[in-house]
Amino acid sequence: MTKTLDPSLLAQLRREVKDWEEKEVAAFLKKQAERKSPFFTTGDIPVKRVYTAADIAHVPIEDVGLPGRYPFTRGPYPTMYRSRLWTMRQIAGFGTGEDTNRRFKFLIEQGQTGLSTDFDMPTLMGYDSDHPMSDGEVGREGVAVDTLADMEALFNGIDLENVSVSMTINPTAWILLAMYVVLGEKRGNDLNKLSGTIQADILKEYMAQKEYIFPIAPSVRIVRDCITYCAKHLKRYNPINISGYHISEAGASPLQEAAFTLANLIVYVEEAVKTGMPVDEFAPRLAFYFISQSDFFEEIAKFRAARRCYAKIMKDRFGAQNPESMRLRFHCQTAAATLTKPQYKINIVRTGIQALAAVLGGCQSLHTNGYDEAFAIPTEDAMRMALRTQQIIADETNVTNVIDPLGGSYYIEWLTAEYEKRIFEILKEVDERGGTIKLIEEGWFQKQIADFAYSTALRKESGEKPVIGVNKYVEREEHVDIEMHPYDPTTADRQIARTQRVRRERDNRKVQALLEKLVHVANSDTQNIMPITIELVREGATMGDIVEKLKTVWGTYREIPVF
Amino acid sequence: MARNVMSQPIRVLLAKVGLDGHDRGVKIVARTLRDNGMDVIYTGLHRSPEEVVTAAIQEDVDILGVSVLSGVQLTIFPKIFHLLKENAADDIIVVAGGVMPDEDAIALRKMGVREVLLQDTPPRAIVETLCRVVAERGPR
Repeated sequence: MTKTLDPSLLAQLRREVKDWEEKEVAAFLKKQAERKSPFFTTGDIPVKRVYTAADIAHVPIEDVGLPGRYPFTRGPYPTMYRSRLWTMRQIAGFGTGEDTNRRFKFLIEQGQTGLSTDFDMPTLMGYDSDHPMSDGEVGREGVAVDTLADMEALFNGIDLENVSVSMTINPTAWILLAMYVVLGEKRGNDLNKLSGTIQADILKEYMAQKEYIFPIAPSVRIVRDCITYCAKHLKRYNPINISGYHISEAGASPLQEAAFTLANLIVYVEEAVKTGMPVDEFAPRLAFYFISQSDFFEEIAKFRAARRCYAKIMKDRFGAQNPESMRLRFHCQTAAATLTKPQYKINIVRTGIQALAAVLGGCQSLHTNGYDEAFAIPTEDAMRMALRTQQIIADETNVTNVIDPLGGSYYIEWLTAEYEKRIFEILKEVDERGGTIKLIEEGWFQKQIADFAYSTALRKESGEKPVIGVNKYVEREEHVDIEMHPYDPTTADRQIARTQRVRRERDNRKVQALLEKLVHVANSDTQNIMPITIELVREGATMGDIVEKLKTVWGTYREIPVF
Repeated sequence: MARNVMSQPIRVLLAKVGLDGHDRGVKIVARTLRDNGMDVIYTGLHRSPEEVVTAAIQEDVDILGVSVLSGVQLTIFPKIFHLLKENAADDIIVVAGGVMPDEDAIALRKMGVREVLLQDTPPRAIVETLCRVVAERGPR
């Protein structure tokens, strides 16, 4: 380990800081006290007045390192945005496949460089559109997909070999992946040329977002099967997007977000390795997804620390040897829960600042939220504004010219190291308490998230946490004139008609036989569930057919809520 | 302590209906009400209107609070009111919470939802609102 300062210089610097505190600072404080004492980051980490080289004297030079080199603190690639900008990936999804296909084409026309799909609640939870639980939900918060026919409509006219497609879906992700595979095969695509991502991070669902169907063990097995299947058959595809975003949106601190996400990573790697697949065979395709909140420097330090911790975990804990297994790549999204209904146009500014933190933190793709998302899902106008925000950062600010431009800042390097230390402390505690799955079952993560959410609500109420327009600079009489994304009342009928047509036209005996085969595969933990699922969707099985059948094998999960 | 006119703690059933898993807000509300002396029962996620109404009646609550962040408010609240009437339990005060367009909040009030508490409503305001609506109802 190489130190940044030699001991005599360090001692000299410490003396100088002490002298400054006793002289200039003390004299100034006598005249005027500081606004508060102490100051904290949003994540409750106390921060000093100023940072100097003395504060990062404990950080080895190698830990800061260089971009594209272990431990990747400064970025996963050696040239970063100088070669290729991040992928501008605005999520879209509503109505039927045709409806979202139109929005996709609009976004591509506006200069978007990747696609990202939001699904409606029934699709996320494994219900067909005509199931009673789907009433009122079909195509509302995302696009409805029941069968392969919906997937064909969704990607009609879009060349899958030339655009990466991300699908935000979890408990039913493997079924969507199966549909994507069949769609690619039918179009004659080379599966190893398809690039994209399914979220498929089920553990953070039990912790935070709460979209789950089956108990934890079979759910993790499905994730494992996606990881190992893609490693063999879709070499450019990310089979998982290990996500802190939802943990944060459920109320966690930025530190909890980073640490809990890495706790989940550890489970997935352990499960995949147990199948006998070497870590270096699948780890290069593991992808991450973090939020960018409002505490500018804390977020940047969080991204940098996450990269460093990941590199060390993969190398030291799992014995990875390929550097690609150690470089963390992440998608980033600005923080939806920071958006306000009052004075909603200021959301554009919030989002812009959060987006800048994501870029300075070295994200690989970015979604910027629409200014109208405290009302409903975003309109085209809001999405254009959000995309333009990214394009301004990319093309007008020159922040992309130099890699990790905040690297070497005393504060950023100190906070990055502080994050690393605290993340590893949490991971150690998780190990000591029996591991992530046990702690999810005990509600340990959920309780900590709920606690931080509650304290945030109290701080907003007291004004300790200012929210412009809500508890500060409030407009008494606000005239809201906003155009909202409309919900087309014909959506459910259009969607259900197609699903029922598929059911009528398919070979039912074949589907039933395959569903029995599915039960057999489900009961045998060592088999991979992907091949049979691919056969099923090819033959016109609906998502509901597959999920309901598996519920008879595995049952369902019901959480004991903690608050 | 938040008490109703009979000097008993106010009883509240908090519910998540439908497929929506956003529970950050409802859990903050649950804790706020509990810390202010109310009896709070939280159903957990993914409940049907039938389950929620049955629980509200069995638990003999003053208030049924339903949290929705998935946009299905205009589908589920009519079902809830229909079931409450059918079970002669329409003296239970219904309150909504979540993220929704203003026009939907107006529609819910017309339907009989007593208060719509949207995102960023301060905890204290929630407690005050629930105490007020129970006081306005008077003894049962």
